[in-house]
Amino acid sequence: MTHIPNINRRAFVVSSAALGGGLALGLDLPFGPQVVRAADGSPEIGAWVVIRPDDTVVIRIARSEMGQGTLTGLAQLVAEELECDWSKVTTEYPTPGQSVARKRVWGDFGTGGSRGIRESQDYVRKGGATARAMLIQAAANAWGVPASECTAANSVVTHTPTGRTVKYGAVAEAAAKIEPPKDVPLKDPKDWKIAGKRGIKRLDTVDKTTGKMVYGIDVKLPGMLNAAIKASPVFGNKVKSIDAAKVASMKGVKKVVQVGDNAVAVVADTWWHAKTALDALPIVWEETDNNKVTSASIAQWLKEGLDAEQVFVGNQNGDAKAGLGKAAKKVTAEYAYPYQNHATMEPMNATALYTPDKCEVWCGTQNGEGAFAAALEASGLPAEKVEVYKIMLGGGFGRRGRADYVTQAVLIAKQMPGTPVKLLWSREEDMQHCTYHPVTQARLTAGLDDKGNLDSLHIRISGQSILTAIFPSRLINGMDPATFQGFAAKGEASIGYSVPNLLVDHAMRNPHVPPGFWRGVNVNQNAIYLECFMDEVAKEAGVDPLEFRRKLMADHPKHLGVLNAVAERIGWTTPPPAGVFRGIAQHMGYGSYVAAATEISVDGNKVKIHRIVAATDPGYAVNPDQIERQIAGSFVYGLSALFYGEITIKGGAVEQENFDTYNSMRISEMPKVEPIVMPSGGFWGGVGEPTICVAPPAVLNAIFAATGKRYRTFPLKNHGLSLA
Amino acid sequence: MARLIINGQTHDVDVEPDTPLLWVIRENIGMTGTKYGCGIAQCGACTVHIDGVATRSCSMPVSAVEGKQITTIEGLAQNGTPTAVQKAWADLDVPQCGYCQSGMIMAVTALLKEKPKPTDADIDRTITNICRCGTFQQVRAAIHQAAANA
Repeated sequence: MTHIPNINRRAFVVSSAALGGGLALGLDLPFGPQVVRAADGSPEIGAWVVIRPDDTVVIRIARSEMGQGTLTGLAQLVAEELECDWSKVTTEYPTPGQSVARKRVWGDFGTGGSRGIRESQDYVRKGGATARAMLIQAAANAWGVPASECTAANSVVTHTPTGRTVKYGAVAEAAAKIEPPKDVPLKDPKDWKIAGKRGIKRLDTVDKTTGKMVYGIDVKLPGMLNAAIKASPVFGNKVKSIDAAKVASMKGVKKVVQVGDNAVAVVADTWWHAKTALDALPIVWEETDNNKVTSASIAQWLKEGLDAEQVFVGNQNGDAKAGLGKAAKKVTAEYAYPYQNHATMEPMNATALYTPDKCEVWCGTQNGEGAFAAALEASGLPAEKVEVYKIMLGGGFGRRGRADYVTQAVLIAKQMPGTPVKLLWSREEDMQHCTYHPVTQARLTAGLDDKGNLDSLHIRISGQSILTAIFPSRLINGMDPATFQGFAAKGEASIGYSVPNLLVDHAMRNPHVPPGFWRGVNVNQNAIYLECFMDEVAKEAGVDPLEFRRKLMADHPKHLGVLNAVAERIGWTTPPPAGVFRGIAQHMGYGSYVAAATEISVDGNKVKIHRIVAATDPGYAVNPDQIERQIAGSFVYGLSALFYGEITIKGGAVEQENFDTYNSMRISEMPKVEPIVMPSGGFWGGVGEPTICVAPPAVLNAIFAATGKRYRTFPLKNHGLSLA
Repeated sequence: MARLIINGQTHDVDVEPDTPLLWVIRENIGMTGTKYGCGIAQCGACTVHIDGVATRSCSMPVSAVEGKQITTIEGLAQNGTPTAVQKAWADLDVPQCGYCQSGMIMAVTALLKEKPKPTDADIDRTITNICRCGTFQQVRAAIHQAAANA
């Protein structure tokens, strides 16, 4: 008997509003033991597809939609193999609890590292293909003909010799009882009709234009209270004392609770009352050595790492140190990149309902299973008594891969059994308790031979490791491989240049500020370091930056492919208009090859980006329209960081509180982005993150071309520059 | 107690006079299309119309808007028919995460009322909402499409 946890009415109300469809719900009776059914009784045709009698196709999506379009892209891949009518497709999220109960039938729920499509395309396509085979078999059985004589298209099975047809909805019930065939072949992508095509609209747009879309912050449950929270401003420090009596009589206040050892929450009838009382609540925090940390002390520590002897080697060939020792000409430069906050538009939040028999959580999360594990641990209940309902995310960018806010919500709810509590962070709390884009510095040293060829290159990184803080199990003998994104010898983030003597190493320095994955992660600064430095070296060699790169890229045809594409589109070989200057850059991350070329002008301290041509080769392009939007959107995120984004530390705590001190680009500053989506096939690369990293170095190289000034510390606002 | 007119309906709400309109709309009235983003009138996610003027409701005390015509994102479509702006937004698939888009649509709707055929410079001057997904290129295209189809 297939067991799926029942979902109560409350969950159904919230989630069906969020998803616009029936929620997955297993009912074994009265329909018989073999068929797994959705909430409305419609049968599952394998775990990925539910077909209703009216031919509606419900496609299960395990990964989280946060704007990047993965919901639509994954549905396209299933629908492509299913041969269903795309206009009748809807989607739903299975829950992590159901996944646990069904032995992870939907695989990984994690949505980060631009992996949503590239790492699940194989099994979701098989899910669609298998369901198609079952539907065809069911029709063939009904007709008493061999399945090999039947075909399927547009949600209709046709018996070719007789021309008889039947719709999917009419055979779904019988199909659900058929043993799923194994190893159903997948289509060649060149035969795709739904995937890979232009004009396939997102499935989640309309409700986002009417205010109907439900995000985590919008969850409403009967009898729900609201919580505002404050964690120790100094990372790692604990609560010393609270004077709860001071706010107990304030309007709407229900309870003041300590959350773990480092945070305090006020629970009230409304969030506004909770926040007002929290602001008035006297809290004494412990003081530790962490209080002494500043941005300057961190920078000093990292700078020492540039000369450290003990390092992790991420990539090497030849003998870079010997090569540099005999170089005809040496070039060296030091760069630094600051902490960044994700600043998702929707601040962190989660709603929890705890009783000794059940713990339920409603939240936006990039990692449903991570949220589930956090709820499990915080509640102390066994897995079958815990459930997480995923709600639309108001931005993720890596931040919602963490489950700290889920833990907090459960710890609060646990102190009020039977009462649902929605925890919402203020923007200020969100700004000061991120898991930040890590800080690093880099020293790059190049050795040119007497002909001006790049013979030796040493890239020394000093700074913070994300994996050490978040996934220590993924370290390799202490080394954090993610630090070397874009500098690796091979794999999904490999360097695009062949240098006879190469050394890339990392002096790990982990300040107390918690690091995390931030859209693009380490390609952001690594692309700036290498691609700006390539221009610096090209200048010393007296060679055009594009030609200088090309000479090193003969063995990297896909890197070169995107670089050539942007060079051609921007018109690199023809002079730009008067007063306009160009920059170019390429990089690789998340399995995709990316490049950008830009035209800018500089007027005083104002940088006007006129256009950015951006190319990406992700292997396969499931939804080219959405890929173009991800390219343009990633540039807003990346250029906001380049010009404005900086989290600074004083007294061990974050100084910035809100968007007035952590600025983000506006529409007036938006350059014209000209995307080139050029999938070359044969591999699956990511989309959401790879392109972000090439806009900043392309712009920096153009600024150098315009002004002769090479900026090596960021954001540019610290040099007085802003976007025009 | 405050008396508010929201999307043509009168609501009597028991709140302190300095409560921001945003939280009254979201928590007391229970309409959640209007979003909280910053609380200091920086991001624009909470934009509503007050007597037709785009206003950041997170920084507007409820006492200041009594008796005025307040319109939220839920009040744009009449009898379920989306406005030209909403149609353009759907046609061009503008939203990504979508969280800022209620405020963006409210700001754009007010702009188009003021300037039915805005130039790019008008857009740059008027639309100052933050979108972290970075939908600006689509937003601009959709504004021009909505203006053309209005």
